[in-house]
Amino acid sequence: MTIPDSLKYTKDHEWIKVEGNIATIGITDFAQGELGDIVYVDINSVGQEVGQHDVFGTVEAVKTVSDLYMPVAGKVVEFNKSLESAPEKVNSDPYGDGWMVKIELKDAAQVSALLTAAQYKELIGK
Amino acid sequence: MITFAATSIYMEIKQVPLQHVHEKLGAKMVPFAGFNMPVRYSSDIEEHMTVRNCVGVFDVSHMGEFTIKGTYALDLIQRVTSNDASKLIDGQAQYSCLPNEVGGIVDDLIVYKIKENDYLLVVNAGNIEKDWNWIAKHNTKGAEMTNISEDICLFAVQGPKAVGVLQKLTATDLSSIPYYHFAIGEFAGVNDVVMSNTGYTGAGGFEIYVNKASAEKVWNEIFRAGASENIKPIGLGARDTLRLEKGFCLYGNDIDDTTSPLEAGLGWITKFTKEFTNSANLLKQKEAGVTKKLVGFKMIDKGIPRHDYQLKDAAGNVIGKVTSGTQSPMLSVGVGLGYVTTENSKVGTEIFVDVRGKGLKAIVTKVPFV
Repeated sequence: MTIPDSLKYTKDHEWIKVEGNIATIGITDFAQGELGDIVYVDINSVGQEVGQHDVFGTVEAVKTVSDLYMPVAGKVVEFNKSLESAPEKVNSDPYGDGWMVKIELKDAAQVSALLTAAQYKELIGK
Repeated sequence: MITFAATSIYMEIKQVPLQHVHEKLGAKMVPFAGFNMPVRYSSDIEEHMTVRNCVGVFDVSHMGEFTIKGTYALDLIQRVTSNDASKLIDGQAQYSCLPNEVGGIVDDLIVYKIKENDYLLVVNAGNIEKDWNWIAKHNTKGAEMTNISEDICLFAVQGPKAVGVLQKLTATDLSSIPYYHFAIGEFAGVNDVVMSNTGYTGAGGFEIYVNKASAEKVWNEIFRAGASENIKPIGLGARDTLRLEKGFCLYGNDIDDTTSPLEAGLGWITKFTKEFTNSANLLKQKEAGVTKKLVGFKMIDKGIPRHDYQLKDAAGNVIGKVTSGTQSPMLSVGVGLGYVTTENSKVGTEIFVDVRGKGLKAIVTKVPFV
């Protein structure tokens, strides 16, 4: 299992990568492993302002469905459309091709308060 | 986001005897029906496809087994079950259910006739105590009941290659055992193994009942015999999607204490050739017609039905609810079972599944789905 040091994490198992004013969000390797085969990523928040901790979509595995929460507040500007035909990318490359949305940050300061890789590792007991 | 799997802190979780084997194989273990069970070894979809296309092995040793023996064994079974066990010949099994007195189902089960006055009942793990008490309560004539659940391991070896693999381990001609029949004999060097042409996958194969003491040896021998076919261990996750693709009911989801066997489409195991618990009322229900029915449905819009989602008609009226749902690994489309009002139960009827507030279109479909 990988937990890149370059990313920030939430206790809800999302990761976030910030580049300028834009942040990319997905779910962690641990999360995809626990959920099992992802068969559908349902995002209908593109174009919307979504508050920190609010739901921006859902991810469906064969056995379960889980809500996706915004690590920080922002406007959802892009959904990874390739997941419509290949949701299994979330399993095979959770931090790369399996990214879910890009957002415009509302308050960059919220990012620094998120978990570091070391803190997330501790959270999941690895 | 995530509530992965409920871990119970207040309930004692039992282990299957081969838990250490599953852990070594890398299984994700989750509590299910009071047992710590392997839900997945690698991938639900991969495991599903292994069973559909080749051969896989489930450890379903959590299931319960009761023996019912003696002069009044058949009498008791006839009283508590809905199917007609008097029709069984030695070496034959029968899917059945235990109706309750208020129109629902205590459990579904398989009744095995070993020989005259000697039966084996196989029940759901989560209902072992409930079923035992229920049957014991009706045992007024003194049939000999024994709960052997903790002594028996059950391996379901399923898939088109299963019979070929298992045949290497026994002199009993497995291909001569029809569906829902069984033999008892030597298997993998172990005596008194039940080799039953049953399963919960619709993929073909056998279920192997073996004494706990010999279970690990038999498990290992099955994997040795299946190595050339790339046999794999399969978790409960795939077991659920496999049974759902075939439209098989899961107790606690599709049938329970409140659903009638007739509503659940189990009229074929509800035989009014005899008297049994609540048979008079069920006969009345049959004659009057049921008001709701368990149906299969397939998603037309993209989405996945889940347990307890509401079902609606085109006008938005609630017509029922989903009892089981998933994305079919074979079809790559959402499929489900659910109860709908009888007027909406005809194959081809358009219905709508309420998925997170959106009414997604689906169509009532004949099961099996594949």
